[in-house]
Amino acid sequence: MSTYAQKKGFGATLWDFLTTVDHKKIAILYLIAGGFFFLVGGLEAVFIRIQLAVPNNDFVSAGLFNEIITMHGTTMIFLAAMPLVFAFMNAVMPLQIGARDVAFPFVNALGFWLFFFGGIFLNLSWFLGGAPDAGWTSYASLALHSKGHGVDFYILGLQISGIGTLIGGINFLVTIINMRAPGMTYMRMPLFTWTTFVTSALILFAFPPLTVGLVLMMFDRLFGANFFDPTLGGNTVIWEHLFWIFGHPEVYILILPAFGIFSEIFPIFSRKRLFGYSSMVFATVLIGFLGFMVWAHHMFTTGLGPVANAIFAVATMAIGVPTGIKIFNWLLTMWGGSVKFTTPMHWAMAFIPSFLAGGVTGVMLASAAADYQYHDTYFVVAHFHYVIVGGVVFAVFAGTHLYWPKMFGTMLNEVLGKITFWLFFIGFHLTFFIQHFLGLWGMPRRVFTYLPGQGFDAANMVSSIGAAFMGLGVIVMLYNIIITSVKNVKVGNDPWGDGRTLEWAIPSPPPFYNFKQLPLVRGLDAYWLEKMDGKKGMTPAEPLGDIHMPNSSFLPFMMAMGLFIAAFGAMYHVNDKAWALPVMIIGLLVTFGSMFLRSVKDDHGFHIHKEDLMDEEDKGVKA
Amino acid sequence: MANQQLNSGNPRVDIEYRRKKNAEEMRYQLVSFALMIFLTLIAFSAVYIKGFTAWFTVPFIILLAVVQVIFQLYYFMHMSHKGHEAPSLFLYSGVLVGAVTILAFTTIIWW
Repeated sequence: MSTYAQKKGFGATLWDFLTTVDHKKIAILYLIAGGFFFLVGGLEAVFIRIQLAVPNNDFVSAGLFNEIITMHGTTMIFLAAMPLVFAFMNAVMPLQIGARDVAFPFVNALGFWLFFFGGIFLNLSWFLGGAPDAGWTSYASLALHSKGHGVDFYILGLQISGIGTLIGGINFLVTIINMRAPGMTYMRMPLFTWTTFVTSALILFAFPPLTVGLVLMMFDRLFGANFFDPTLGGNTVIWEHLFWIFGHPEVYILILPAFGIFSEIFPIFSRKRLFGYSSMVFATVLIGFLGFMVWAHHMFTTGLGPVANAIFAVATMAIGVPTGIKIFNWLLTMWGGSVKFTTPMHWAMAFIPSFLAGGVTGVMLASAAADYQYHDTYFVVAHFHYVIVGGVVFAVFAGTHLYWPKMFGTMLNEVLGKITFWLFFIGFHLTFFIQHFLGLWGMPRRVFTYLPGQGFDAANMVSSIGAAFMGLGVIVMLYNIIITSVKNVKVGNDPWGDGRTLEWAIPSPPPFYNFKQLPLVRGLDAYWLEKMDGKKGMTPAEPLGDIHMPNSSFLPFMMAMGLFIAAFGAMYHVNDKAWALPVMIIGLLVTFGSMFLRSVKDDHGFHIHKEDLMDEEDKGVKA
Repeated sequence: MANQQLNSGNPRVDIEYRRKKNAEEMRYQLVSFALMIFLTLIAFSAVYIKGFTAWFTVPFIILLAVVQVIFQLYYFMHMSHKGHEAPSLFLYSGVLVGAVTILAFTTIIWW
């Protein structure tokens, strides 16, 4: 019965991944696609730093530089960071709550393919007449005047991948609300599950404003509307509001899962339960709530007036309180624990001071009056890279090392992992710490070059050298992944030895049905509790029985591909190309045809029979 | 839950109790249905009758609409029953986020 025992050809494996609805395989797809876009975005970052390394450089032209910074930001946020956190959510969250899959496996696959095709569409702009060049925020005053199709790629690509993210978020919400194992109350959920929950709620509420903004922008650019054009009665500030009503929760959508990953790492490698669990949950929910009340702090210099600026400044500073609670809880988790300095723990310990530095500059930027000074300087660039790289990217690296055995059944090399860590850690601070000072000295952001003798030369060179270190760190990690996969030394259930939550109670990688019998959860850190009672595994909460599983399906791929094709038609329709309209219609037909097929064709899935599950047990074969 | 089917095949379902519960439910639905018709009539007449300014009519019919939405959710869509805590949490969060957005748009963008 086990699918893992059989050797499969490349074609069969590819088809398996194209049609899979298994959350663990979708997690791997998210990891690969997100990792690929992370490399693309990283390459763009390297180009930016090469261009800025010396004054008056002409490595890239001004126009190309605008395209590179736009694509660096857009790719890193939407196509790298989000799918990478989605990868861990998909891989780990269902296991942590003791579920056999997410609530809607088909929709889960659809979400991935929509994201993937949206991302590919966006990046094809490089080869089809130029990438978007209006910044990742794509402010309407710039975007409406951008020549060519760059911004159209941005609008349509993000629209498609945004649908994928939204349905992914809804799926996680339903899963956590409905599919927790017996005994898994809300206040027994591991913190990564909690942050997934709050993150998904943020996705649910934050993505609609983005969708609305993108639709209005699409009408402005493609169909001659004037929502954002002030000369025709529109208002360009509306885009900024809509974007940031989405955009600020978006950064919490990224950072909360990062907090979740670190909240798993600290207890595991301190061999202590998380300090202040309920205050951590409270802080997570509070951060999510406050995240919707602060968006205008990105727009202090737009001219909102002193009252609005003051309200948003105070609300922003308030977020420092729950975040501070979390920082202290992590420190106190380590306090008195028997700390093991593994690779994930290195990232986690480096995260605290790095993220804290970003948080402190965040409070500085939140002071509306002072923000007029910092605005549009490298100080802002330094700030958000400290929180996003020091928070999210560190968490992604930490999570990759921590969950690699659970996702692939092999351990990444610890020595190489630590080399990656030190290269990246040093490179990160070298690159971005100096940028605070560049900003305070007056270097504006988003400029493609600067003149010599303004005092920026040495600092920019230091920053570029740091970027090279980060690049080396990533290369070492890729090497680590390759040799680990080639060696292919399989590990057991709990390779770190101190796993606390349910995912460590089952084999690595888990069998496709996850839990033979749903586990009984007797408290927080369910697996740890059983281990402390001297048991080998979880107590089952149900007798062994048939397991109902969903069938694989190629339809999610088709639905997403249809929208991808239709987007080309919609975009080139403006140029009066004869083929544009038919292409759009064909694309939509593919999508709606697939949806129709899904609706009329009953797919009841299949059952794994009790006898098959028992066989494995008798022979002592691990699934 | 009261909206469960009578013919569930479960021998422990108390048919009499269910019937009573459903009758009660039906009464609530009819009352709120009548109220909703009534509110709609008031809304139409508020617009129809001359003499009210738009500054009265618009907030007034929006208020009536909100009341109708609440009726709809609680009596027709059974949100008053147990087991709807998560949906109500998300509905109210959504209302809150939407309200903050509208507040911001009406105070600092348009006027």
